[in-house]
Amino acid sequence: MSTTFELTIRPRKGWQAVDFKEIYVYHELLAFLIWRDVKIRYRQTLLGGLWAVLQPFIAMLIFAFIFNRLAHVQSDGPPYKLFAFCGLAPWTFFSASVTQSSNSLITNQQLVSKVYFPRIFIPLGAVGALLVDLFLTLGLLSVMMVYYRWHLTTSVFLLPIFIVGAVLAASGTGLLLSALNVSFRDIKYVVPFMVQMGLFVTPVIYPAHYIPQRWQYLMGLNPMAGVVIGFRHALLGTPASWQLMGVSLVVSLFLFVFGLLIFRRMENRFADVI
Amino acid sequence: MKPVLEIRDISKEYKLGEQHARKVDNIRELLQRSVKAPFARLTGRNGDAPKLELRSFWALKNISFDINQGDVIGIIGRNGAGKSTLLKILSRITSPTSGQVIVRGRLASLLEVGTGFHPELTGRENIFLNGAILGMRKVEISRHFDEIVDFAEVEQFLDTPVKHYSSGMYVRLAFAVAAHLNPEILVVDEVLAVGDVAFQKKCLGKMGEVSRGGRTVLFVSHNMAAIENLCSRAVVLHFGELQYDGTSKDAIQYYLNSLSSLSGTGNKVELDGVGVRVSRQGPFLKALEFLTADDEPLIEGLPIGSRLKVKVRFDLPKATTNFHLGLGFNNNYGQRIFTAHTMFEPNRWESECQGQQVVSCDIPSFTLMPGEYSVKIWLEVNSSEADSIEEAAKFRVLESDFYGTGKVPWNGTFVLDHHWHLEAVPDAVYCGKSGG
Repeated sequence: MSTTFELTIRPRKGWQAVDFKEIYVYHELLAFLIWRDVKIRYRQTLLGGLWAVLQPFIAMLIFAFIFNRLAHVQSDGPPYKLFAFCGLAPWTFFSASVTQSSNSLITNQQLVSKVYFPRIFIPLGAVGALLVDLFLTLGLLSVMMVYYRWHLTTSVFLLPIFIVGAVLAASGTGLLLSALNVSFRDIKYVVPFMVQMGLFVTPVIYPAHYIPQRWQYLMGLNPMAGVVIGFRHALLGTPASWQLMGVSLVVSLFLFVFGLLIFRRMENRFADVI
Repeated sequence: MKPVLEIRDISKEYKLGEQHARKVDNIRELLQRSVKAPFARLTGRNGDAPKLELRSFWALKNISFDINQGDVIGIIGRNGAGKSTLLKILSRITSPTSGQVIVRGRLASLLEVGTGFHPELTGRENIFLNGAILGMRKVEISRHFDEIVDFAEVEQFLDTPVKHYSSGMYVRLAFAVAAHLNPEILVVDEVLAVGDVAFQKKCLGKMGEVSRGGRTVLFVSHNMAAIENLCSRAVVLHFGELQYDGTSKDAIQYYLNSLSSLSGTGNKVELDGVGVRVSRQGPFLKALEFLTADDEPLIEGLPIGSRLKVKVRFDLPKATTNFHLGLGFNNNYGQRIFTAHTMFEPNRWESECQGQQVVSCDIPSFTLMPGEYSVKIWLEVNSSEADSIEEAAKFRVLESDFYGTGKVPWNGTFVLDHHWHLEAVPDAVYCGKSGG
């Protein structure tokens, strides 16, 4: 008999470590779940994947009209439309990820109650699928940059750091909210409101320097503030405060670890409660 | 050689509130409760709200047994006996409250056909997705792809979204994926209750093949013939306890005996300690009485099409007009065949009632096919379930000459009064002489 694999099932209570070995064993499934979400998202739509870039693009046009034209909000260098779109790209990724992943356990109830695999794949899969959209959006951004003749600087090599920051912030929030959502369906009503407010407290449609100096540190506590400023710094070469971005990235990392721990702690009851 | 599964003292407790999470786990209600609770205690009454503490329910109590490599074990028991909970613990979907299980080998479970199937994806896409969800690696799925498609008989529709599949095709495809998992231990819940008979046979055949290959299989079913054919050993669970462990033949005998002893209580059933009870507000339901034509007690069994009258005795602690009773009739496979409910009564009484009540449900002609039926009874007070009992009683429907032709009805779930006529065809070609 092959006793290569031995496992003990015990009562689980309290804090649980993250089982990296198990995550490795099942890693293909994460890819499949992302692939599924990408495939399904725009099935039976006329425009298909175009929706991924159309949403931030239309939002950019509206914001450019209202905030730039009517309210005279100025960018800190690049043309306002380019400036707004570059902020909306990571923000749309974050807001859609949080919305989708916080509901992911509920919409995949069947998977939670009938089969076993690392549950964190469910919210993470939702985030992963939206990451694909983010890259499509960045593709459109590069087209816009050519149109506006705006040149890349060497800071573009910093972009991966901010993409990782965005993924950490989105996954952390998603893990936390999806776990809470299993027990408290109130989350479903909180998320859209939270996401809407988030757009205004994050420097997406206005430059960071509009926020008075004494509030800058507070802004750093918003994980997406650093990501949005960082995206602009990396792609458009706009000025950025490393202090603020650093704090923001640390908050993202903290949020991710916190979300993961809470998720692992509550995971045990999912199948019984959902 | 060490057993592949060592189950040691497994217990599982469910908080009843947890199973009905949507009602309880809501921040507003939580707040309301914490505000109301102290006052309810002060004034010494419970208010309108159900009792506040969570009731617990032990789905499994100290289950221990070993399974050796190559064993094919059947798990039998009535609805609510804890079979599915045991399988969920073994598949790690939920964790036990106490005890432990040692698993030696790769374990795959099939608790439901088509878990993770997505209606918008094509058959081909779903094979890969479902395979991955069940724990197969991509290379394994590719290797077995043709066999899976062959087994499911869906070649032509591989690139059609499964939402356009017939239910039969859907089930075939789903089982085909699962059947080609290659685990050392396979755990299967009652998944064969779906699909047509021919396909069920094919699936059972496949499972037999798996077990002959030296792998270990745990199999839950209400289909005693399947258990007897496939399994060498079986265990009987009863209200979360392991009652019998032996050869499948003896276990089935034991199980069937335990069933008949339950229904052998005559036509009156006192509802204390029978069935699986979920009393959310209190044990209000007291007794059931089964009568047939002319209010004769139903003792032997009910011939098809005869009158069935069920009298329910219960308590209403507070005066109310808003109370309802439901009776559910389930077949041997636990499927609901028919539901009777006071809500469906057009001439419902209006009076306010309190204290002991007797309500009877009169079915002039009970037309379900011969066999054994179990009865679920529940009471709703002020639109929420106050008390309910699964398998409160069982009774038998007997074969009879329902149609008055001397022929006993066969095949199907129920009989319906129906008539055949030879219609006059204007230009009768097939019957009698053709045209003048």
